Order: sequence, then structure tokens, then C-alpha cells
Amino acid sequence: MRLSIFRPKRIWGIVLRHLYLLKHSISRWIDLLYWPTVDLLLWGFITLYLQRGFYQEGKWIYQFLGALIFWNILIRAQQGLAVGFLEDIWARNLLHIFISPLTIFEYIAGLFIYSLFKAFVASILMAFLAFFVFNFKIWIQGMDVFLLTLCLIIFAWSIGLLTMAFVLIFGQEAEILAWALALLFLPFSAVFYPVEVLPESFQSIAKIVPTSYIFETFRKILLEGYTPYIFIGKAYFLVFWYFLLSVGIFLIAFNFAKKTGKITKIGE
Amino acid sequence: MYPILKVENLIKKYGNKIVLSGISFELYPSDILGIIGPNGAGKSTLLYVLLGVVSPDSGKIYYFGEDFLKNRNQILYKVSFASQYISLPYSLTIEENLKVFAHLYEILEVDKKIDELLNLFRLFNKKKTLTRTLSSGEMMRLNLARAFLNDPAILLLDEPTAGLDPEYIKYIRDLFKEFSQKRKLSIILTSHQLGELEKIITKVLLLKEGKTLAYGDLTELFQKFRVSTLEELYFKVFV
Repeated sequence: MRLSIFRPKRIWGIVLRHLYLLKHSISRWIDLLYWPTVDLLLWGFITLYLQRGFYQEGKWIYQFLGALIFWNILIRAQQGLAVGFLEDIWARNLLHIFISPLTIFEYIAGLFIYSLFKAFVASILMAFLAFFVFNFKIWIQGMDVFLLTLCLIIFAWSIGLLTMAFVLIFGQEAEILAWALALLFLPFSAVFYPVEVLPESFQSIAKIVPTSYIFETFRKILLEGYTPYIFIGKAYFLVFWYFLLSVGIFLIAFNFAKKTGKITKIGE
Repeated sequence: MYPILKVENLIKKYGNKIVLSGISFELYPSDILGIIGPNGAGKSTLLYVLLGVVSPDSGKIYYFGEDFLKNRNQILYKVSFASQYISLPYSLTIEENLKVFAHLYEILEVDKKIDELLNLFRLFNKKKTLTRTLSSGEMMRLNLARAFLNDPAILLLDEPTAGLDPEYIKYIRDLFKEFSQKRKLSIILTSHQLGELEKIITKVLLLKEGKTLAYGDLTELFQKFRVSTLEELYFKVFV
């Protein structure tokens, strides 16, 4: 009689089931390779920054807290859009939406408002927690904080629209981008460390990433007490083009999905 | 009398594959058109093109005498759709789901309308129930309630009785007939249940690989092909 608890062939069957899944799934490869890369780069650069002695400056904890709040605003706003779209796909409700008199612009506008709500709730919660637990008042920077936040939100919408475009083109397989795409910009955004910490090649990329100017501005306000409006100007200039480009790509993807009939298949 | 829907030479390809090949038909008030064909005939694609979620390669669609591609959003206020294969968000209650769509169609007196439809589709006692708890038959009835929210002049239905038990199939069939006769509602529906379809349709369009094999009044087609049931017609045309 064969031992029936651990049969190697049966165990290998389970391993095979997941290897086959991996073979056919780009999103699972992204999951496998992308997150470790981002984690390593992010924490590597943070360590480099701290190693240079910046941590000795009294405000470094505020810098981290502020950066964290701002990054969360971006993530909530981006996911409000992208995950909001995915919710309709997961619920197999997308067709019901698009056979109504609703225009695609109205649909996007609805998601924009919902993403603002999500970003608002998250930022209020984090701002108050930062105040009560760490005595950090992010709002004392007034209008400048508002300008940075607005720019972040528009950038978040651009990433959200790009995610939606990829889902329309590649189907649900691309839904992982709702969580991954914003993080692609994280190492170059200088969220937790200044751009100067990055290697030169990364600094060149950071120059075309609007968030790098936003977080540099925030650090200047906090550590040096002045607002480099030229950085804010550059951030808005870049964000304008990112937004325009993402709207264009989204509309092309939407028309592509209608032309190829993919829009009726997503979520099946 | 002018057609409420006129489709002219509709062509749709996915890559090199022709899915709809020169489809033309007309629908008048109170008409109930059955679209019949084997799997892959292009029935669902035709419905999606008629709803504007899939764009045709060429051809014309006129609803109420107006070009659909030019006036899509206005026309969709009077056109609706329900399918067994599309659901509503499970995490919302029946009432919440209907309220969302009542807003999309800018319905006035939302609560009154929802109560009326929930009574009509025998779901009133489940008004506050989460959609995820519904059976497939209840889900289909909810889909139908949603489809009637905007008082459509034309209703497109993909397998509307799939998942329903015989009692509800008869109830829904009688309801469609009543709406068609009393409110001049025109219906286009696809179904593989030929026996059921025969009891309700007035016209039929037989599709195979995107091509129209036969189209016309049901009784005229029965005479032309010398058959007495829809099933006989199906086998005569397709086999």
C-alpha cells in the first residue's frame, strides 16, 4: 500500500498549477520582479540619504511624515480613479454604465470626484494623527501646501487614467497596475530623500517626473523655510503634459476597446 | 408608419474575422424581434453594436429616425438592455443599485419609480437586500427592473429568461407582451429557448457567421419555409 499523505507527484501537480499560471501571466511576473526592485531602490536611497548625516537635522522626522502624507494623497487619488474603474469591472457592471446616456467624460468626472473624496479622507486622518502623535502641523504652510497637493492630485489622475487605458487594452491582466504604476515613479520622485542622493542617470529621469519637484519644494519649505516657486512652476508644466497625454491615451484605448469589442469582454 | 429602429448594411470585423456581414432590418412600435443563431453567429455583437458599446466598421443605425452614431447619448435615454451575463454591483442593495442607474437616466420621482418596478418584478420585499444574496433568477429580474427604469421605447435583451424558473418565464413573457401591446414597447431579444421565443416574437432574424439567412414576420417565414414551429424553421435554415 502506498503512503498517501505526501506523494511527490501530487505535490508537483500543485507547483505546476502555479508555474503554468505564472507562464501565462505578465501581472504575476510584475508581482514577482517589480516589488523587490522598487523596495530595494527605495530603501537603498533612503539609507544613502541617512548615511550622509541628514538624520541629524532636527526636522528629518517631519520631512518623512510630510512626505508620507503627500505620497498617500497621490496614491489615494490615483487608486480612487483606477480601483473605482476596476470595481465596475469586478462587478461586471461596466456594460450597464456604458449603455446608459452617461458620456465617458461624465464617467471620468465622477471618478475624479470620488478620488478627491478618498484623498481628502486619507489626508485629514494622516494630518491629524501626525499632529496628535508627533506634533507635526502640515497645514501651517498654507497656500503652498494647497498648490503642491493640487499638482499631486492632477498627477495622480494622470497615472489613474493610464492604468485604465492599459486595462482597456490588455484586459484585467493589467489591473495590477492600479497598485504598481504609481510606484514606478517612486524612486525618481525623491519622496523620502533629495534628488541629489540619486545616481546621475536617475537624476536625469527625475527631471521629467513632476513629483520630484513637488517633494523637493516641500523639503525646501520645511528645512530651509522658503518656497522655490520655480520648482512648483516646473511641476505644473510637467503635470499639464502628463495629464494631456494620459487623457489622449485613455481616449485612444477606449475607442480601441469599442472597436475590438474588448469592452464587452473585460471582467468575464 | 416609420420604423422605430432601422439598421442598414451593418458590417463588423474583428481583425480578419467578419462578425456581422451586411445586416439590415427594421423594427416598428410593438414589434418583438427574435435574433436566432448558433453560438458565434454574431447575436451578442449585434446587440452591442446597437447599444453603441462596440463600434461598427460600416453601416447605419437609425433610432426614431435619428442617426445613432451622431445622437447616441440622447437616444440611449429611450433604449435599454438586460442580459443574463451582466450583473449589478453585489455590495450594493437592490434599492441602491437602482438609485445609481436612476441618476444616470436622470429619472424623476426616483423612489416612486423604484417601488413600482420592484413590485412589477416581484422584488419589493428584497428592496434592502444586498444584491450578492440574490439567486440567478432574482438577479435577472433585477436586471430587467433596471432596464425598465427609463421607460424604454426599445428594449434589447440577451437571453432574458435564462436562469428563471417556469413560473417567472411565463410571468415575464406575459409582461413583455403587455408592454408591447399596451405601451408600444419594441423588443429585440436573443435566446436559445426556441419554444419560449416562439410564444412571444412577431419577427425573426436568423443569423449564421454574421450573415442573415432569413428575416421577416414569423408567420410569413413559416409559410415560406413550409414549417409550423420555430424549431423546425431553425433546423431547416441552419442544418
